Amino acid sequence: MIKGNFIDNLPKVYGLYTGGFLIFILLMAVLEQMGMTADTIGILFVAFTVLIYAAIGWLSRTMQVDAYYVAGRQVPSVFNGMATAADWMSGASFVAMAGGIYFGGHGYLAFVVGWTGGYVLVASLLAPYLRKFGCYTVPDFIGTRYGGNMARFLAVVVLVVTSFTYVTAQINATGTIASRALQIPFEVGVWFGLLGILLCSMLGGMRAVTWTQVAQYIVLIIAYLVPVFWMSNKQGFGLVPQLVYGDAVMRITELEAVYGLGTLPAVEGAAGGLRALSVPHVAAGTGLAAWKFVTLVLCMMAGTASLPHILMRYFTTPTVRAARNSVAWSLFFIFLLYFTAPALATFTKLQVLDPSLPTGIIGKAISDVNSLEWIQKWSNVGFLQIIDGNGNGILDLNEFFMRGDIVVLATPEIAGLPYVISGLVAAGGMAAAMSTADGLLLAIANALSHDLYYKIIDPKAETHVRLLVARILLIVIGAAGAFVASLKLTSILGAVAWAFDFACSGLLFPIVLGIWWKRANRAGAIAGMLFGFAAGSWYLYMVRFAGMDPWIGIDHLRFGMIGMPVSLIAMVVVSLMTAEPDEEIKQMVDDTRVPAGKAILASSH
Amino acid sequence: MANDSRREEHWARTRRLMIITLILWFIFSFLVHWFADALNAFSFMGFPLGFYMAAQGSEVIFVLLIVWFAWSQHKIDTETGFAEEE
Repeated sequence: MIKGNFIDNLPKVYGLYTGGFLIFILLMAVLEQMGMTADTIGILFVAFTVLIYAAIGWLSRTMQVDAYYVAGRQVPSVFNGMATAADWMSGASFVAMAGGIYFGGHGYLAFVVGWTGGYVLVASLLAPYLRKFGCYTVPDFIGTRYGGNMARFLAVVVLVVTSFTYVTAQINATGTIASRALQIPFEVGVWFGLLGILLCSMLGGMRAVTWTQVAQYIVLIIAYLVPVFWMSNKQGFGLVPQLVYGDAVMRITELEAVYGLGTLPAVEGAAGGLRALSVPHVAAGTGLAAWKFVTLVLCMMAGTASLPHILMRYFTTPTVRAARNSVAWSLFFIFLLYFTAPALATFTKLQVLDPSLPTGIIGKAISDVNSLEWIQKWSNVGFLQIIDGNGNGILDLNEFFMRGDIVVLATPEIAGLPYVISGLVAAGGMAAAMSTADGLLLAIANALSHDLYYKIIDPKAETHVRLLVARILLIVIGAAGAFVASLKLTSILGAVAWAFDFACSGLLFPIVLGIWWKRANRAGAIAGMLFGFAAGSWYLYMVRFAGMDPWIGIDHLRFGMIGMPVSLIAMVVVSLMTAEPDEEIKQMVDDTRVPAGKAILASSH
Repeated sequence: MANDSRREEHWARTRRLMIITLILWFIFSFLVHWFADALNAFSFMGFPLGFYMAAQGSEVIFVLLIVWFAWSQHKIDTETGFAEEE
């Protein structure tokens, strides 16, 4: 159980935890030397870390409303920063981001820029004010600021669609990692992953999720950074890889010209999901390419500032000032991973392309390449493929196909690091996917239990009933997510980017203007949510499923570009056409804007 | 009434800080990357500058920008008497 002085002892507790984890890694390394198999190491890494998270979840169990919904509002800003970073960085960030940069070059960096810069909006426009407001959930703010069940209900709808889009992808990722590390079928892995996720969140709500997310951040950042530093030093690239990959970037550009990137014919016959390199690493393009870059950046940033599972993390700090500082810490902890991903992508690409390095495979004889151990291993599981398109027996750039995930998963093997590192990477990917899934499931279950059930359906419900409902919803939604994930509908299910576009289409302006524009009223907020969300969803449907040509490069990843302006215009026009908010609401906005004084909503409500 | 004028001062300064923050945010989120191709002609720490700004430069600036923002806002809150009691 968390003791009274737990908060004061946080640095010590997590210091010991980090030390323990490092000792565990060393122990695994020793066991590997003593001949333990790679499979066993993988199982131990995933099982051990998931057990720890479950134990933290159990120790943080609670029956108090404010502990369940906002961790008792006593999470110090540094630790909330770590928890937010884990909440934020999904399985996709961990496993797929470096691969995305590997294939997409400069164009993909729009995600890196978009997924960091959004925190500037969170810090300056939102987090401190929402903390002062004292809400439990994002719809709680909308419902109180604008009044009426309709606004609250619409906010719940947008939240559920947004978060559910996102959470199935996360449960899918936990299933993939669990099935590979524990050697179980994917369908079983999905339910195992869900079990771990529920153990972390069900008994203690936000309090349990907070303390497991801090633990998960520590695992995921160690698991991401250690292999990159090790690889960089072993291969002689430099001591701090993030600072020295400029030469590698230039060298890749030279090699691309030598290999004829962009002039080679496409080779047919690769399995689905596998790609050959076809986009230059550095070249940025102008005109439409630049437009596509900045529109993606804008959608991801605006989405960051409206994703409920992120905003609700800032409800847990002890003060408004701590909420602000916590955003800075969050971005710093996220930055540590995001500024490493491009370095990893660059070095992995260089190791594959450069014929003067012992790891280089492009331009070599295909028979030699096929005898490499990592090539065989990852071909066997369908992650890479070599097709001799022109039949010359030499591996050309357009003949080497792989999945983006390989960049993170196979780097230890390409660089010849011990297997213990691969086990560590599996544990890190699991931590990243679990922590995000936890935050998302909790956001959905909390909105349904607090806003839909307690505020709209049964306002007289007693505390223990409310918390029981919250937990049942958590299980039901988790099961629904796992069920959808186990169907493997990945081709229909959307990209992670969709969650950001849904969020900014429906929620951005109702939240921001609720603080910054006193004149915003209920009718305006309802119109903003309704029309913005509907316009964005309609556009997504048209370009993704109904075959409509995207307008000026605004494809399905960027449908927030349609939803946001519609939401803004609808909200402003309808607000101005209808009556001003009354004095009580204006006073509420004034009080929200200053840190001093009591919160708008009581600490337990 | 004194309270009201303090509130006005607090909000005016807060709004100004927000606008400055968002101008800087706009420059490093959009403007710089719009001209990435032209910036690639320059070299920084061995990187083509346009690539560097997307891979690392903008992110460093975002972290520093939020730290500066949080510090400035606390200064405004303290000087106008609206900081929380701790």
